[in-house]
Amino acid sequence: MVAFIQLLGRGVLNWVRETGRIQLFLLQGLALAFVPPFRPRRVLQEINQIGVKSTLIILLTALFTGMVLGLQGYYTLRKYGSEGALGAAVALSLIREMGPVLTALMVSARAGSAVTAEVGIMRITEQLDALDTMAVNPLQYVVMPKLLAGLIAVPLLTAIFDVVGILGGYLVGVVLLGVSSGSYFSGMVQSVVPLDINGGIVKSLVFGLTIILVASYKGYHTEHGAEGVSRATNQTVVLSAVLVLAWDYLLTSFFM
Amino acid sequence: MIQVIDLHKSFNGQAVLDGINLEIPTGKITVVIGKSGVGKSVLLKHLIGLLKPDRGQVLVDGLDITKLQGRKLQDLKRRFAVLFQGGALFDSLNVFENIAFPLREKTRLPETEIRRRVHERLEQMNLSLEAGGKFPDELSGGMKKRVALARAMIQEPEIILFDEPVTGLDPPMSNTVFHLIKKTHAVSNYTALVVAHDIPEVFQIADVVAMLHHGRIIACCGPEEIQHHSDPVVQSFIRGEPDFLEA
Repeated sequence: MVAFIQLLGRGVLNWVRETGRIQLFLLQGLALAFVPPFRPRRVLQEINQIGVKSTLIILLTALFTGMVLGLQGYYTLRKYGSEGALGAAVALSLIREMGPVLTALMVSARAGSAVTAEVGIMRITEQLDALDTMAVNPLQYVVMPKLLAGLIAVPLLTAIFDVVGILGGYLVGVVLLGVSSGSYFSGMVQSVVPLDINGGIVKSLVFGLTIILVASYKGYHTEHGAEGVSRATNQTVVLSAVLVLAWDYLLTSFFM
Repeated sequence: MIQVIDLHKSFNGQAVLDGINLEIPTGKITVVIGKSGVGKSVLLKHLIGLLKPDRGQVLVDGLDITKLQGRKLQDLKRRFAVLFQGGALFDSLNVFENIAFPLREKTRLPETEIRRRVHERLEQMNLSLEAGGKFPDELSGGMKKRVALARAMIQEPEIILFDEPVTGLDPPMSNTVFHLIKKTHAVSNYTALVVAHDIPEVFQIADVVAMLHHGRIIACCGPEEIQHHSDPVVQSFIRGEPDFLEA
């Protein structure tokens, strides 16, 4: 029994310590955005890596998600004679929930893992140490631009996801299944309120920061060579997915 | 002068440095030899502040690098350059950009001057100008080391730390790198600490040789003297006898 309590205590202490370290890492990383030298070019490079290069996968995921929502929504609503509400159902599902969450999960799988691998390899090949010895802060040169890029790119990708998803729902609901185009869009306009959009934006900001924070942190603290990079990459994908879903619940309950 | 005073460092309860005392004279090449895994690179990382000791001091011209923080630490680091074991070249930058990196980050030199200096270093390291466009993954081990040396030299630092500069290179390339260290030192007269275990090649370049064993410096003298040192551990290492620790 004593051993169990000791084990539990050690686990809790480790968790608290690790959480504190991640928060300090985040604060340092963000604070360095306001300390010269400013690095707009590095931020743009990272927006390209994290955002632009994720666009195709976001487009595909959004299109098929919207199409599935259109199909499922149509047959569910038809039972109640409410096919006209299809546009509202698709738009609300996407803007409030599926857009931010699925975008975050896709970015985590594509860009989050890449960020961990890149920073992890920089760690094990002493490139981060080399920056340090040149009196260049590795957090400012490597991590800060990625955090800012996550904050900028993920909300934009979420907006793309929402729009393409709505078009996917339109394609199935209106073009294939014959719902009136006017009711699809008017239902959407009447049902979606600014709070829905604001909630989606806040979620995507939080998710973007969470994913890149976890990815950078895991990469930055990689140990034990190639195996360590592999482990860190794996942890990034799993942890950021869990955190995104946990944040989603908290933020949804806040915005309801 | 760099003075290491009673330096201790443990990892997971295992002492790696157990009271190191060492003086690295200004303008000389000091070589630290010792078996693999004995803590030579750990010692080197303490000199530039990459690791913090459990106890002890590292004085650079009287300033304790283990206590410095912020701006003062950054200013002190600018006097150093490090040649890492694997080169530590930035994967995302080509050779030219790697060598130019410290100048672009830490000076306001015009691009023409940066280009001139980089070309000068490439030439000094017997690298062609075309090599400047290559990325690190396109280079051989020897070329990586020479590019890393060019990058370390580009700001003409007062102190250069070499972490196993010839590990993984064939004998002719090892000699080339040692020759380049000797040549650049003759020109710039920087203070150097070389961590290596390449006997007897390191004796070509050393002014002072120190041997690290069981977390302590057990011998520190000139290259001639160390080859005739009375300590059997030193002799055994220099002669390359197998498993002298267990013997």
